Amino acid sequence: MTTVPVPMGRPGPDGRFGDFGGRFVPESLVPACMELEQAFAEAWADPAYRNRLDAILRDYGGRPTPVTECFRLSERLGARVLLKREDLVHAGSHKLNNVIGQALLAERMGKRRMVAETGAGQHGVATATAAALLGLECTVYMGETDIERQALNVFRMELLGAEVRPVRSGSRTLKDAVNEALRDWVATVDSTHYCLGSVMGPHPFPYMVRQLQRVVGDEAREQCRALLGGHDPDVVVACVGGGSNAAGTFAGFSETTARLVGVEAAGGAAVTDGIPGVLHGMCSLLLQDEAGQILEAESISAGLDYPGVGPEHAHLAAIGRAEYDRATDEEVLAAFRLMAETEGILPALEPAHAVAWLVREAGRSVPSGATVLVTLSGRGDKDVAQVRDLLAGGTA
Amino acid sequence: MTPRSLEALRARRDAGGKLLVPYLMGGMSEDWVDALQAVVAAGADAVEVGIPFSDPMMDGPVIQEASVRALDRGATPHQIVDDLATAAVGVPVAVMTYYNIVFRAGHRRMARSLSAAGVGGAIVPDLPLEEVGPWAAEADDAGVATVLLVAPSTPPDRVPRVCARSRGFVYAVARMGVTGERPTLGADAVEVVARIRGATDLPVCVGVGVSTPAQAAAVCEVADGVVVGSALVRRLLEGGGPDAAGEFVGNLRSALDGG
Repeated sequence: MTTVPVPMGRPGPDGRFGDFGGRFVPESLVPACMELEQAFAEAWADPAYRNRLDAILRDYGGRPTPVTECFRLSERLGARVLLKREDLVHAGSHKLNNVIGQALLAERMGKRRMVAETGAGQHGVATATAAALLGLECTVYMGETDIERQALNVFRMELLGAEVRPVRSGSRTLKDAVNEALRDWVATVDSTHYCLGSVMGPHPFPYMVRQLQRVVGDEAREQCRALLGGHDPDVVVACVGGGSNAAGTFAGFSETTARLVGVEAAGGAAVTDGIPGVLHGMCSLLLQDEAGQILEAESISAGLDYPGVGPEHAHLAAIGRAEYDRATDEEVLAAFRLMAETEGILPALEPAHAVAWLVREAGRSVPSGATVLVTLSGRGDKDVAQVRDLLAGGTA
Repeated sequence: MTPRSLEALRARRDAGGKLLVPYLMGGMSEDWVDALQAVVAAGADAVEVGIPFSDPMMDGPVIQEASVRALDRGATPHQIVDDLATAAVGVPVAVMTYYNIVFRAGHRRMARSLSAAGVGGAIVPDLPLEEVGPWAAEADDAGVATVLLVAPSTPPDRVPRVCARSRGFVYAVARMGVTGERPTLGADAVEVVARIRGATDLPVCVGVGVSTPAQAAAVCEVADGVVVGSALVRRLLEGGGPDAAGEFVGNLRSALDGG
């Protein structure tokens, strides 16, 4: 078994992070994964590709995003709270970092169409945005349950020229949208790139998406050092569904002494509650029954409603470099309101999990006076109607 | 029980017969074992039995629906393998399932339980050449043939390596896409079969999209046999029962033998 020499380095040649990862796809897709692996390696080493990616993220995407010090929240929690503001990226979340990189790669490979899965709609909106920017066709698969709770994002994708195809199989959420996107890709792989939205799936996706997202952590580390007199934060926290914003954030801090914490939805905590298995092309930790049938995750956050996790997170947990905890729906709603009232920021429900963890742990495992960086991976506008209904329903 | 070996397929091919391998989903109905016996009586040379998985990524709507029905009925890998042991099917049986079912059971435990139930083969479509090693070693030890797939997208230089690791027969994927009935055969099918022929003496069976007796006969102009899944499973989903299954497989048999 190959191992990763340093935390968050390259995976082994078989796409493994320790015991996790790999490429468990039908033979039909193996050549496409190999082509993508090579295309990404070449592009990543090509200054022309990197310069164009950086320029788009800067001039179009609004990077670098700031790190904001939360004075009122800090006072409330007794910890110094810094936010990495991915909610300020164009289209409203960190997802743009990944999709611009993949859309440029699709163009490089001569593929004029992208398919994507989406849960909360953030990755679908980002993919539709990148497709519009580069003149590519775009089809987004979205579970019917998620279409209902994220109706505005569906309309946004359509305005951006994407076709949104409802998924009626299984739990009708993110897991099933991935299945359907993979089925589309098997049939269309000559002309189509699968723009996967997180650090999951078959090799090279987990590695590629982490590299495309590491801009979050690399920027944040520099910004924190400038703010903290050359020091790193004591704790770095991010939410984890598939785990792309957390992977990008952790990549910037894996060689520091910062405590890295990934926060999962209590109803979809694959690292905490899962056991090793194989789904969607990867070996990772999965919620499953004793026969190996995948269980349905359940969370108010459509973006964290996933019964697995990216394989590198499973590895970071196994070697102890990062720790994973969870937040309940109630804690998340309370954190959402606290962030709004103390800082004037509406976080997406996904990063509200990271905030909720901090609210709970401040004064407990996060000692008084500690400095904590939280990645605010997206803005909460998409969730406002849902939060209104939840609060009216007395859930919180 | 010694598993009934897929080697029988090679002997049948060598004797000039065309191979008919119907697929049906284990546990999809109360009478699924009767349907299995009916297709064997109607002239199947081997049968492929699906073990349902919650997330069948390689399957189209018909097999997905059959998986859902089987799981809703409480079907488990253990129960299906038990049913196969009891059924004592008169032709070789290969199970078809996804890797997580095998991984969760454990390679050795799964290989031995299949072997003990008389199952001679296994098809695990999300376990490609690079990942198949640990399972295939246990399967070989237990006398269970791991059938690998060659797709239209498989590069020519990769075909011999896939064929060398395949056991029993080589599964030629007729078209890019998931399982399901199609009005016409993919043009890729002939090309894929030709590539496999150049690489191995194993029988070559074509599947994915072979839906009618006429298509089956056309494919067997070049291939040694066919796997027919969705067209059969659809008839069972529609309530046709063992009789309809047997009748359809009988028609496939006549088409293959008539040419």
